[in-house]
Amino acid sequence: MAIQILMPALSPTMEEGTLAKWTVKEGDSVESGQIIAEIETDKATMEFEAIDEGVIGKLVVAEGTENVAVNSVIAVLLEDGEDASAVENASAAPASEATVTDTTPAAPIQKTAEVGFEDIPDGTTFTSTTVREALRDAMAEEMRSNENVFLMGEEVAEYQGAYKVSQGLLDEFGKKRVIDTPITEHGFAGIAVGAAFGGLNPIVEFMTFNFAMQAMDQIINSAAKTLYMSGGQMGAPMVFRGPNGAAARVGAQHSQCYAAWYAHIPGLKVVMPYSAADAKGLLKSAIRDPNPVIFLENEMLYGRSFDVPDLEDFTVPIGKAKIWREGNDVTLVSFGIGMQYALEAAEKLADEGISAEVIDLRSIRPIDYDTVINSVKKTNRCVTIEEGFPVASIGNHLSATIMERAFDYLDAPVINCTGKDVPMPYAANLEKLALVTTAEVIDAVKQVTYR
Amino acid sequence: MAAAKKKANVSGDELLEYYREMLLIRRFEEKAGQLYGMGQIGGFCHLYIGQEAVVVGLEAAAKEGDSRLTSYRDHAHMLACGMDPKGVMAELTGRKDGLSKGKGGSMHMFSKEERFYGGHGIVAAQVPIGAGLALANQYKGEDTVSFTYFGDGAANQGQVYESFNMAALWKLPVIFVIENNHYAMGTSQERSASTPDFYTRGEAFGIAGAAVDGMDVLAVKAAGELAVKHCREGNGPYVLEVKTYRYRGHSMSDPAKYRTREEVQKVKDNQDPIDMVKEMILQGKHATVDDLKSIDKEIKKTVQESADFAVASPEPDVSELYTDILV
Repeated sequence: MAIQILMPALSPTMEEGTLAKWTVKEGDSVESGQIIAEIETDKATMEFEAIDEGVIGKLVVAEGTENVAVNSVIAVLLEDGEDASAVENASAAPASEATVTDTTPAAPIQKTAEVGFEDIPDGTTFTSTTVREALRDAMAEEMRSNENVFLMGEEVAEYQGAYKVSQGLLDEFGKKRVIDTPITEHGFAGIAVGAAFGGLNPIVEFMTFNFAMQAMDQIINSAAKTLYMSGGQMGAPMVFRGPNGAAARVGAQHSQCYAAWYAHIPGLKVVMPYSAADAKGLLKSAIRDPNPVIFLENEMLYGRSFDVPDLEDFTVPIGKAKIWREGNDVTLVSFGIGMQYALEAAEKLADEGISAEVIDLRSIRPIDYDTVINSVKKTNRCVTIEEGFPVASIGNHLSATIMERAFDYLDAPVINCTGKDVPMPYAANLEKLALVTTAEVIDAVKQVTYR
Repeated sequence: MAAAKKKANVSGDELLEYYREMLLIRRFEEKAGQLYGMGQIGGFCHLYIGQEAVVVGLEAAAKEGDSRLTSYRDHAHMLACGMDPKGVMAELTGRKDGLSKGKGGSMHMFSKEERFYGGHGIVAAQVPIGAGLALANQYKGEDTVSFTYFGDGAANQGQVYESFNMAALWKLPVIFVIENNHYAMGTSQERSASTPDFYTRGEAFGIAGAAVDGMDVLAVKAAGELAVKHCREGNGPYVLEVKTYRYRGHSMSDPAKYRTREEVQKVKDNQDPIDMVKEMILQGKHATVDDLKSIDKEIKKTVQESADFAVASPEPDVSELYTDILV
């Protein structure tokens, strides 16, 4: 019986990858442990070893194929005594839906201004870009225009970024401006604060914001408070950025959302984009901002593509929410990956005749209260969605603000959909339960609309 | 000890300058203690009395463009680098004319002009920041150095060693000045440090170090010059342990029961940094007793004026509550 060789999962969030290269060809004998292919994940290019021995009967997926789904058949291995006829049966199921690489970049899409892109001139073209690329582009553009901007963090330079966000920056800007640090968050955060005091504009990449807890004192006590303590003489013009919140199956210590933590601190700005356009525009604004900005990314969103306007200098103002979808029956307020559930819920609710207005806060500090309040005054109902813990969440704060500023407009209590009040479990089923879901958002909307 | 024993060549004018600067610090701190007792200064107030030769000696080795920062025991560093005593004192009293408009207090003052970067209330937090200032100096291609002061207590914090590692790795021009006054608040060095010689703490990272008698301003200056030369020549960081002594408690509220009166008295009698310079001046006939008396009088006047200014300055306008949070 011929053996199917399946596309392996090589990172916690990998759902598909690129079969970069076969190192064997059909007819070759392979040993167990022999490297047979190179596979590019969202994080790195990995060597892939054969688990069994035999003869390569067929390479089902061609070299250079992108978007090969995990667990799809990529090759067939013939065991002793088998001939090519065995290949047919083995490669039949489960078929890969992969497509061969199209090396020409996607043609720009002509678009008219849509919701959330009001400020963009008519006739602007858009290019589909991943959040990862958008972040890199933002850093590269700002580094080109300002000599004092530099990037430091673990694996940002030679490794090209633990999540490949800084890919190519070392080549373009050199090691003076793209600095690999040792694993020493408290120390390098402090060094970056000092560099900012000294007139530079550091971008500090944390491999994840979970590790930034080691650096919390420098972020809060040194970066955020110095402007005030110096009576306005001296501050820290810098960006702390990196993935935040849950990835997939990485357990309690690597899965926390820190939006509410940082939102608590006067002296910081905090942004948490959902789309690639916002990631790019907000990161450029953050780098230019004379204040310390906490820039919360999300690993699950890095590989997702959105339309990014083809403008030479596209920025998004910090502190301004974006209305993704207009509606009349209920206001959904979210940010970051929570937007995914909000938008999905709105789509499904529309089928049931409930019209939801969806607001992406984008900035958590300062918060665009007016956009939220104006929407609630129109819809009279509100559900907030976020991935962080429920106690002292952003949703709690919005509920209080809505109560203070729009009490008489409310037809139902505000409901906060959040992550559950538990450390993130590892087991797949429990993890799913711990996260906020689209179904929970829909339920909440039905409660506030009394349906 | 790998100390810089050689004393700096020094003129009478220089000696008088150090005398004047150290005396200003002492009288200023005494006045601050007095104002604290009167309720004019609140919160924490950490005095530098006894340690004057450290910062005065090292400032004598600095040049224009060098940066400096320290812990919460910071008044002396500000005076020594040229910040206005009136502004410092008015900050201690929490008034509008304080260097931080009254919003920072004793532990939190800054001056871009004098390249004084605080004033840090969290023990050892200034150490990576000091290394970062050195990184900025290096990045901009300046040959300036960062004087990063911290105490023997701070020397046990983890971020110090994170900073040592990166400073050595990247050859940052930073002088880690360990002001060893032998007591981390109430815990003696013997009870808090596993080894006695702080100047060797950088050895594991390949950082050169030396110890020096911090009660002797000329020795401090000479050691500082060696450290500065090392850094300016691109050899990376340097650890300078300056052995000193604080006469007062850790802060105004510390009764200092962890050491004997005799111990303190002995240092005052035999090692006082100001007396030492005074003697050199008189022995070298650089000035007469009367000359020194008139300097004393002049300093007293400066300090009294700063106190009067600090008490007369109004509290900050209530509108200042919400300013300077963001640029």
